[in-house]
Amino acid sequence: MNFDFSDEQKQMRDEARKFLSEQCPPRAVREVLDGKAPYDKALWKGLAEMGFLGVAIPEKFGGAGAGHLELCVIAEEMGRALAPVPFSSTVYLAAEALLIAGSDAQKQKWLPRIASGDAIGTLALFEGKGNPSPKAIKLTANGGALNGVKKPVPDGAIADFAVVAARTGSAGRESDVSLFIVDLKAAGVEVKPLTNIDLTRGQAEIAFKDAKAEPLGAAGEGWGVITQVLDRAAVLTAFEQVGGADRALEMGRDYALDRIAFGRPIGSFQAVKHMLADMYVSATLARSNCYYGAWALSTNAGELPEAAAAARISATQAFQHCAKNNIQVHGGMGFTWEFDCHMYYRRANAVALGLGSLSYWEDALIDRMRKKNAA
Amino acid sequence: MNFDDTPQEAEFRSIARKWIQANAPKEFEEELSKSSLGRIKLAKHDMVEVGKAWQKQKSDGGWACLHWPKEYGGRGATPIERVIWQQEEGVYGKLTQPFQIGEGMCGPTVMAWGSEEAKRRYLPKLASGEEIWCQLFSEPSAGSDVAGLRTRAEKKGDNWVVNGQKIWTSGAHYSDYGLLIARTDPNVPKHKGLTMFFLDMKSPGVEVRPIKQANGMQEFNEVYFTDVVIPDSQRLGAVGEGWSVSLTTLMNERMSIGSRLATGVPEMFEFCSNLMLEDGLAIDDPAVRSKLAGWAVKASGLKYTSYRAISALSKGERPGPENSIGKLVSGMMLQDIATYAMDLEGAAGSLTGESEEVARGQFQQMLLSSPSMRIAGGTDEILRNIIAERVLGLPGDIRVDKDVPYNKIPTKGR
Repeated sequence: MNFDFSDEQKQMRDEARKFLSEQCPPRAVREVLDGKAPYDKALWKGLAEMGFLGVAIPEKFGGAGAGHLELCVIAEEMGRALAPVPFSSTVYLAAEALLIAGSDAQKQKWLPRIASGDAIGTLALFEGKGNPSPKAIKLTANGGALNGVKKPVPDGAIADFAVVAARTGSAGRESDVSLFIVDLKAAGVEVKPLTNIDLTRGQAEIAFKDAKAEPLGAAGEGWGVITQVLDRAAVLTAFEQVGGADRALEMGRDYALDRIAFGRPIGSFQAVKHMLADMYVSATLARSNCYYGAWALSTNAGELPEAAAAARISATQAFQHCAKNNIQVHGGMGFTWEFDCHMYYRRANAVALGLGSLSYWEDALIDRMRKKNAA
Repeated sequence: MNFDDTPQEAEFRSIARKWIQANAPKEFEEELSKSSLGRIKLAKHDMVEVGKAWQKQKSDGGWACLHWPKEYGGRGATPIERVIWQQEEGVYGKLTQPFQIGEGMCGPTVMAWGSEEAKRRYLPKLASGEEIWCQLFSEPSAGSDVAGLRTRAEKKGDNWVVNGQKIWTSGAHYSDYGLLIARTDPNVPKHKGLTMFFLDMKSPGVEVRPIKQANGMQEFNEVYFTDVVIPDSQRLGAVGEGWSVSLTTLMNERMSIGSRLATGVPEMFEFCSNLMLEDGLAIDDPAVRSKLAGWAVKASGLKYTSYRAISALSKGERPGPENSIGKLVSGMMLQDIATYAMDLEGAAGSLTGESEEVARGQFQQMLLSSPSMRIAGGTDEILRNIIAERVLGLPGDIRVDKDVPYNKIPTKGR
């Protein structure tokens, strides 16, 4: 059994960590947090130059052609550094949708531009409150023209194109959903930035009024593609979450060693130690579930749906738990704008919702486990 | 990243599998498969006797205590081969329960600290199950603080004379030998006045009394020592070095990786899949699904954590500290699952009969037994201290009794 990343993959992780610690220190994240820029353009370019944006994109489409295990490694580091760039929307959602359902021409048009950092993409799925569901898709597509409103769309305000889920039938069934690619700079598209708890990653509302759209994949097969994209993104996002959880745990541990109260480091008090031990436990469980998800993703195994849901749930819980208790360990200082704790707390709670909330994935996991048990 | 064996591992697995197929006591397979949560019930046979027979057979075939050197009754196998063996042994591994303390703790301690003569005399018979060993560490007033123990050993000529009491000794009533830590000098700080011995459990003055536990069962014992004589040749390590010797034992306890801990999750999943509530099956209820999913990812997290440790072994590396979380997570989970299963059963949930209403009483039994899972082998709190100090590097607690002679430490009972 070799249930671990290879030495080459670990080396890539070290490179990514070094690159991000230099190019994406907390003060760079704060530029976006404080609203001075919508995202870190220099970092985005740097990531492209490092080959990280196209790590899982085949070479013939301008990528590095490595694979999804390598992408998992990068994702963890992006989460650890809270990189304020549209990585997850472009790479996990838009690029994966193209890889799954795109025609050769579509892949040729967009994937090289993603890999080179010249195009930002996203998935426009949600239409207000609620979790992923074919019934919730009301935006219509008629004769290649889209009408309706999507929100929240991750990184929608800075994206160049979006994969849009539209209703092409009348009943709200899975077979009534189709996907389209829309150039967001074209006529009939109106983008409005929205505020959200994670100030380092934008959300937007996008209104489509007879916007020109090109089908992605066959009509009526959109929901199947969305499900696959969400499963893949769930694993990749779970790695970001584990990276964030580990960093929050480290911050708490370091502070507990440094801070003196009652004449001793607060890390010598059992109440504090046990809180940190529990953070370690949840981060470890999440990491192990993520490794299984990575294996399933990289081999496109039949276990992917179940593994993705387990990784997603476990990592969501771990990141929320670690980010919340990191503030608690820091005490009053943890509640200041100046300390970085809140950036992790914000990210942990926003990223918990982006692909569908915890209860959505819990529900999915039970369905998938039952299906497996029945088989 | 893959789950495949290396060619050598695959070969070892195939040899082990063939041997097990040819030799395992298949007549017990069904009963063993059904016994869950560490509770083995054989209707017509004594579990220790059946276990001894299987252990002897394995020993004769060269499959006992695999990772031990051959001259001491082992196979000289690698750590990963031991894990593969445990996977292949499957349900029959449950029969090894009476030997686990000997193999996991007493044996390695004798191997590290015993004389060559003692090793050759005792280890092969321990490995073959002909002699069962127990561990005599905990005392009524020395549980988590085991170094605070009171049992006295006093030197009389070439012998030691032991007086005192041990508690929570699993298997003492069927054990032949015991690993005993006792206080040999009460005038020095507590960690410095301890010495390790082993003794014949049939020695005059040793009295084993079963404890009636909070769950109504009797699985552990108290062991009383009244003027028990132990020859000095049965001392392990130097006089006053007992604490260091005990750490060998405890480290070995924590290195056991293949041992799968019960989580209660498969039982709970099956229960919820079949339990009819007023509005339909329990598993269709969103609240139930949410709880179940939370437990399922903990169980899978533990499983894949052990896979990570196995991978490290496979590469010849020492596993990281991740595996230390197993008992902490599963103990709490068993208790929570039992409580919730009974909640779903409503008023009938308190019934303990093996009736249809209460799913054969398994969750009621789990509820009553689970407190011990959170205490035995290190309480939840001690395990959190270990994670915090050894994994995260946080400072140890301030110990007010550290430099105080043992007999000057204030205690309630002295």
